[in-house]
Amino acid sequence: MSAVVGAASRGAEAAPEMALRNAVAQARRWYWQRISAMVLAVCVVLHLAGMVWAVRGGLSAAEILSRTQGNALFAAFYAVFVLACAVHVPIGLIAITSEWWRWPPAAATWFARGVTAALVVLGLRAVWAVYAPGA
Amino acid sequence: MRRNDHRAHGHPSWWAFWLHRVSGLLLALFLPLHFLALGRALTAPAALEGFLRFSDAPVVKVAEWGLVTLLALHLAGGVRLLLIEFGRASDLRKNWIAGGIGVAAAVGLAFALALFA
Repeated sequence: MSAVVGAASRGAEAAPEMALRNAVAQARRWYWQRISAMVLAVCVVLHLAGMVWAVRGGLSAAEILSRTQGNALFAAFYAVFVLACAVHVPIGLIAITSEWWRWPPAAATWFARGVTAALVVLGLRAVWAVYAPGA
Repeated sequence: MRRNDHRAHGHPSWWAFWLHRVSGLLLALFLPLHFLALGRALTAPAALEGFLRFSDAPVVKVAEWGLVTLLALHLAGGVRLLLIEFGRASDLRKNWIAGGIGVAAAVGLAFALALFA
């Protein structure tokens, strides 16, 4: 809403266009959040089951790496999981920063883009770290 | 923008929304740390082992249990939202709120048993 007010102060003719653009962006975020949620629902169920199974008797780096190194199925699954997170988390943060913390739309969007980039880089790096044979 | 008055905050669906949002925020804060810890396997394998030994401390185990329970709670809340938006019925699925909390508690207990037993 503040974007609409801001646009109106710069020129009344720009307001409808800005409002439309914001509405389209919001609708896009809505469906990307749902599509990523459907992917994540499957990933999280498997991840929870895996964790409950894996922590029995304690965790060690050697134990984790023996399961993950060179395991392409594992790496592919977690790469999909990371990418779905990189879509889902920033959209949720846009909702929180703009609704609860009243950030302007541009600030919320650029922050979300940064979060997406960080999650893709850190997440895929983490998958590679436990997959790469002999790393 | 019209704001909800306090009565809306007494509704179970508002609490479900609040739990979903706060659990999502906490998970979002945890995720980069999780990735960084795993990334240590690449740069310093011994550091990953060191981190895992740090995670043996009871207080860290309780935090881990909290995160797993939050993840299960966020999952259950998200499935409820998908059912409301894409399912056939059009109510707010308040029994799914209770069911979701039950599922999260069950997952949390299963993880706690595996972790502490």
